[in-house]
Amino acid sequence: MAVEQPLATPAGDQSRIHDIGYRGYDGPRLGRAYARLSLYSQTLRGSYGLGRSVKSKVLPMLLFAVMCVPAAIMVAVAVATKAHDLPVPYTRYAIIMQAVISLYVASQAPQAVSRDLRFKTIPLYFSRPIETADYVQAKFAALASAMFVLTAAPLAVLYIGALLSKMDFAHQTKGFGQGLLSVALLSLLFAGIGLVIASITPRRGFGIAAVIAVLTISYGAVSTLQAIADSQGSTSAIPWIGLFSPVTLIGGLSTALLGGTNTFPGGDGPSHAQGAVYLLVVLGLIAASYGLLLRRYKKVGL
Amino acid sequence: MVRVTTFYDVTVIATESLSKRFPRVTALDRLSVDIGPGVTGLVGANGAGKSTLIKILLGLSPATEGRAEVLGLDVATKGAAIRERVGYMPEHDCLPPDVSATEFVVHMARMSGLPPAAARERTADTLRHVGLYEERYRPIGGYSTGMKQRVKLAQALVHDPQLVFLDEPTNGLDPVGRDDMLGLIRRIHTDFGISVLVTSHLLGELERTCDHVVVVDGGKLLRSSSTTDFTQSTTTLAIEVSDSDEHPDGTRAVRDALHARGVETDNEGGGLPGAGHILLLTAQGEDTYDLVRDVVADLGLGLVRMEQRRHHISEVFTSADEQRKEATVHGG
Repeated sequence: MAVEQPLATPAGDQSRIHDIGYRGYDGPRLGRAYARLSLYSQTLRGSYGLGRSVKSKVLPMLLFAVMCVPAAIMVAVAVATKAHDLPVPYTRYAIIMQAVISLYVASQAPQAVSRDLRFKTIPLYFSRPIETADYVQAKFAALASAMFVLTAAPLAVLYIGALLSKMDFAHQTKGFGQGLLSVALLSLLFAGIGLVIASITPRRGFGIAAVIAVLTISYGAVSTLQAIADSQGSTSAIPWIGLFSPVTLIGGLSTALLGGTNTFPGGDGPSHAQGAVYLLVVLGLIAASYGLLLRRYKKVGL
Repeated sequence: MVRVTTFYDVTVIATESLSKRFPRVTALDRLSVDIGPGVTGLVGANGAGKSTLIKILLGLSPATEGRAEVLGLDVATKGAAIRERVGYMPEHDCLPPDVSATEFVVHMARMSGLPPAAARERTADTLRHVGLYEERYRPIGGYSTGMKQRVKLAQALVHDPQLVFLDEPTNGLDPVGRDDMLGLIRRIHTDFGISVLVTSHLLGELERTCDHVVVVDGGKLLRSSSTTDFTQSTTTLAIEVSDSDEHPDGTRAVRDALHARGVETDNEGGGLPGAGHILLLTAQGEDTYDLVRDVVADLGLGLVRMEQRRHHISEVFTSADEQRKEATVHGG
């Protein structure tokens, strides 16, 4: 009995909270690359409101739905009418939906970078193994990925729908591939421009307004100028004007190099040579955005 | 990794004529100091170069000249390795209000390289150790200043560093919160085995918490010594005595008696009530307390008050005695 009694007591003991004292950590420390990846996945999830409040899920999810619904309708119509091709080419879809994409980048670029600036969380990152470049790369890649998800998902809907309605496989696959390439460039370009603008201000509202202004005003101005040039018969100027807004840059590039139909008024759109200029400008802008972000965060520091 | 900083008496931070010059200001001027394990206070007025020093020690800002080592790693070349082993708690607010303490600290743990499962486990442990319980699941925006300070401390400790830099951790706290925080800082070393470098502009509060105090002013090292040295040589006692029929001016009687025994005293100046009735003298260890007790008892007076006066950093700057030590004292 004397032996059994101590055995009976642990049952009562379990309800007690024991302060087990401080325990050190001897496990692995995965370093910079892992930290960068963690920051990337946290930002990417955050771009769709995952891991954040219900309120912050509403807008990105809504915009995602708005992007995909027209694609679903097009597929439904194409299937119902037994069409031989989709009503809209893959490369053109993002240009049609440019307002939605602009709204998305305007709302999510500030959430990716302005918050850390506004709440001064930046020093906590830079007092850890990651460097400025890691932070910029993680944020840039995360927003570009979020944009790619947004713009590629409707293309996937179109592609799957096209295959289900037994349209020509090779033709559809080629178009889908070209579409993916064009939205990949669009994602990088828009993410870069959005982040550069958002990283200047810690105020989210300013960031949103500034990104929308830059994307839509430039698109509006360029489209207007192109229309004027068209009505005055100077069609050769139209492709060059297209270089001055992000939306027309991607549109022109898709037309010239990715087999897209012309999205500009009049003429045949940019030639192959002009397409090369478009590509250079797009890549240059992406690189410049990255450079500007690096410079910006070198200054923010601790 | 072996916690060398705790078990062996080695140098945790070493700087050698470390200077940092900006176009207009010299933030650090040939600062040479060795800091051992334990809790070290870094004292200096605003703009004395405390934050600049921490930035250099984290490997985030290159020194203009001189060199520095943290945990035996050169700050100029091993910045990332240092930051993996060191925690940092900034002075200013740095917490997003819309996430919970748990989510935030888990994220910060992962940024320090902890795998997901370990990050969650360490976060729960660390938040409990700093004294955050059920509230850790609520958004940080609703926390009191004291709770926010604890979250800031938790993110600095979550990856179990060997050394933490705490920048003004008691800023904005009420007296009770201040005492809690100082107690917690003490425990970081005694219970967790983590060395601490804590900055403050209040010498008094560091005297109670730190093993060692480093005083900087204008980027220069003013003094570096263990806290016991500090208190022994600089504690000021304030005494107030009652008057009796035999000694109508009790204060003067005590002063004369102390002078007769070779103890210098000062009258408390200023137009404060009670000024002139309070004697100030420098305590040289335990003996001084006994001497005062005996003198007052011999005169048959009542000892109304005998208290230690809190030092403010300015006293260290003005005292001629300290100026002399400046040249010779070197930490250890």
